[in-house]
Amino acid sequence: MKAQSAGIRKTGAAAGALTGFLLLALVLPRFYLYLLSLILATGLLATSLNLVLGFGGMYQFHHSVFYGVGAYCLALILTRSGLPAWIGYLAAPLAASVLGLVMGLLTVRLSKLYFGMLQISLGSLVWAIVYRWYSFTGGDDGIHGIPVPELIGTSTGAYVFAVLVTAASLAVMYCIVSSPFGMTFAGIRDNPERCRAVGIDVTAHQLAGQVLAAFFAGVAGTLFVTVEGSVFPDMMFWTLSLEILIMCLLGGWFTFFGPMLGAAIIVMLRTVVGIYTEYWTLVLGLVLILLIFFLPEGVLGILQKGRQAGGKDAAGN
Amino acid sequence: MLRVTDLEKSFDGFKAVAGANLHVAPSEVVAVIGPNGAGKTTLFHLITGQLAPDRGQILFKGEPIAGLAPHKVCRRGIGRSYQVVNVFDRLTVLDNVRIAVLAREGRTWNLLRPASGMCRDETVNILESAGLAGKAGRICATLSHGDRKVLEIAIALGSRPELLILDEPTAGMSPEETAATLKLMQRLSQEMGLTLLFCEHDMEMVFSIADRIMVMQQGRTIIQDTPEKVRADKRVREAYLGGGDTCSA
Repeated sequence: MKAQSAGIRKTGAAAGALTGFLLLALVLPRFYLYLLSLILATGLLATSLNLVLGFGGMYQFHHSVFYGVGAYCLALILTRSGLPAWIGYLAAPLAASVLGLVMGLLTVRLSKLYFGMLQISLGSLVWAIVYRWYSFTGGDDGIHGIPVPELIGTSTGAYVFAVLVTAASLAVMYCIVSSPFGMTFAGIRDNPERCRAVGIDVTAHQLAGQVLAAFFAGVAGTLFVTVEGSVFPDMMFWTLSLEILIMCLLGGWFTFFGPMLGAAIIVMLRTVVGIYTEYWTLVLGLVLILLIFFLPEGVLGILQKGRQAGGKDAAGN
Repeated sequence: MLRVTDLEKSFDGFKAVAGANLHVAPSEVVAVIGPNGAGKTTLFHLITGQLAPDRGQILFKGEPIAGLAPHKVCRRGIGRSYQVVNVFDRLTVLDNVRIAVLAREGRTWNLLRPASGMCRDETVNILESAGLAGKAGRICATLSHGDRKVLEIAIALGSRPELLILDEPTAGMSPEETAATLKLMQRLSQEMGLTLLFCEHDMEMVFSIADRIMVMQQGRTIIQDTPEKVRADKRVREAYLGGGDTCSA
């Protein structure tokens, strides 16, 4: 009964938030719609990383490569193939998943740090191919002026599309982390040895987690193409992976909505600071230092802890 | 049920297990004793698949299991607890056990249904039998050492094992907690008919519960027999117990 009413409350809150975000399309000027769309795409990317990082305990150091592959897949289908756009939107996350599977098969048996290091190497290899293959990917110029379908080609259309796709993706990811698979994944994060001892095939679950995370990173890549109308190799450079890692840590990597909050803070900070200085990464470095010292569990992590402590006090009284 | 023959395992030339032999019959309670470094924990790691033996044979219900991955050994019916507390720190007590139940039922691949409603009754039953039902909602990291050691056993029970291996189940416990754990083990053996294999330094406990005792020294099995015969064995007295007083329980 209690769980049921909590479920109803959560669904109501989600529906309210979705309606609110959609209504913003009617009132916000173009720039803010663009900024919000970018936050949603980046937030979705960070949330997909957190699926394996915070909930799975896997040191996924080069997650942006899946984002980039998803975006490039859609961009290439839209600019070079003549196939209907919806095929591109479906193929992009699938291409990212296939890369996730291939990289996962090579890396998932390794211990935490070696897993992360090999992933950076393999991801950088993909980046190098995209960066150098001028005739196919446009090299360091990237691909611009991508013909996005008309309905979602305007800033309002792109924003509404971003809201709907992000909401659907978050809903599915929320179901995953609440499911037996998600609980098992959290168990693997805490104690893989114990998981094996109770009959869980840890490697298979980690591989599946990586494929799922890559899939949603690919979805985020399609949002970026829709919002920006362009792709470039920096999307899969390791510095972006580091940036989204910081988003997860900043927002709270043991919380579901933390990475989205972290993405909002970083994207807004980058936009605002970018007006005054080109040394944006200096500010990012400062944010990271402050984070390590004062918010090791992130903004939402601290809030959640405070709420739990408050609940305990109330129960104690 | 379990037969270990001439088992050997070396680490960088050091023979941690150098000819271990063990036999556990169904519904039996067998203790493995020996001084620190005798190879007891390594033997348990070898049986449960955490380590692969260099030589020797492990048969469980007549089938070889040596070198099998730990999750496959568990699925054959062997559950275990650890010497150093090995639980899921960020999860609740309830979910610690629920993971094991979900794994046994093969439901860990379910991606879209909430886990919170699944396997609740069985999980709560296990916690009740372990005396942890009142702490089901607590985050595991906030439990006392004694409760965490009991939770170790509860998690292992979630796999509904036929053979339960306990590595020093009362290590670091207070006398009251030790007595409660001993009672739990007796209940598991007598009421549920579970086969128990455990190692322990508390001789009083060993001699009060074990049907048979296997003694290890420097990786080798010296003897496996009834408590009376082990107590009377000259080699055991010389090698491990150091005289009559130590094993007078």
